[in-house]
Amino acid sequence: MGLEVLLKGNNFIRLLLGLSVALKISLVSVVISIVLGVVLGILMALKNPVITVVSRVYLEIVRIMPQMVLLFIVYFGSTKALLINLSAEAASIIVFSFWGTAEMADLVRGALGSIPVIQYESSMSLGLDKFQTYRYVIVPQIIRRMIPLSINLITRMIKTTSLVMMIGIVEVLKVGQQIIEANRKSSPNAAFGIFLVIFLMYFLACWPISMLSRYLEKKWEN
Amino acid sequence: MDFEVISSYIPKYIEAFWLTIRIGWIGIALSIVIGIFTAFVLHFKVPVLSAVSKVYVELFRNTPLLVQLFFIYFALPKIGISVKADTCGAVGLGLLGGSYMSEVFRSGLDGVAASQTESALALGLSKRQLFFYVIFPQALSLSVPGVVANVIFLLKETSVFSAISLMDLMFTAKDLIGLYYNTTEALFLLVVFYIIMLLPVSVLGSIIEKKLVVFGH
Repeated sequence: MGLEVLLKGNNFIRLLLGLSVALKISLVSVVISIVLGVVLGILMALKNPVITVVSRVYLEIVRIMPQMVLLFIVYFGSTKALLINLSAEAASIIVFSFWGTAEMADLVRGALGSIPVIQYESSMSLGLDKFQTYRYVIVPQIIRRMIPLSINLITRMIKTTSLVMMIGIVEVLKVGQQIIEANRKSSPNAAFGIFLVIFLMYFLACWPISMLSRYLEKKWEN
Repeated sequence: MDFEVISSYIPKYIEAFWLTIRIGWIGIALSIVIGIFTAFVLHFKVPVLSAVSKVYVELFRNTPLLVQLFFIYFALPKIGISVKADTCGAVGLGLLGGSYMSEVFRSGLDGVAASQTESALALGLSKRQLFFYVIFPQALSLSVPGVVANVIFLLKETSVFSAISLMDLMFTAKDLIGLYYNTTEALFLLVVFYIIMLLPVSVLGSIIEKKLVVFGH
């Protein structure tokens, strides 16, 4: 079945290290996306006409452009157009943050919009000032709505980072291909074992996070 | 930007565009069929089938399309299941999309209020009538926004096809960059063709969503 290749040398460790390269890129991008996304989401909720138009265009670009196309534009285009040499890692972090920020901002805006006016009015009639209203009433509700969705963004980010092999980053799929190539003679069926294991590795990286997100969503539903 | 280069590239892109569209929409059609089927099975808790569907949905929702395609295209032939690249693309997209569509249709089915079922039964509708005239139409209209979002997502995911040597838009761009180094022109056309492919779907989707809100109330 080609599973024996995994036990040869440190092949399994190499695959795990490859996965960690992809996970590291997604982690950095998620952190950047959440910070920038929250800022942009709040700005969008202010309903300033200029911000609205600019953010609309930005969100639409992200909505219809495949991440792979953005990756190519930033990685190959930047060298040509701006005469700078971006590393593949930097290019992928830029692209995934660009994408993640838009997703996050949309979530924040949605969450802000979903708080009924009656919440603000009730707080006021109870004598809370503006700061207290946000601190004790609005923000806690928004956070409850936001957390499951942001956790979901993490799994989507992890899945998307598998694309970085296309711009030459040596991550888990590339390592897998190298192992298959190196063992072509001794285990011709290595492709089955290796790709099965990579499939399961991604599943084990994303599934627990998905479950957590779903659990929190259910728990905080009302 | 050199417009002569651009016009000489256009026919290649048009060819790749149709290939992407063809495989993309076959995959999407497949994903809707899989999605509806598994959603029913899961909603009505059909024994055995619902357990299988659950495992399938979790597996394919939590892995990237690129990894799924590599598995189907490079790993399955080793145990005697060989598929052509275009079949692999359509099936891969269908399986990935099916798991997403399943969730959408299931929440559509769950979203139909219990009072609807009770009222329909009180009016003397049979089980079959209840399902086809009351539950299904409402579940479907509740699912539309999710389906539109997934269609856009899946059309974008087709960009991964180049990894299994399908001559799609991405592959063509990469190929031309590698051959002639006209990076700017090749990337420009790539963006233009993706806009042609996705902007109409995105705009149409927004219009349908707005119409549906009116219809739903």
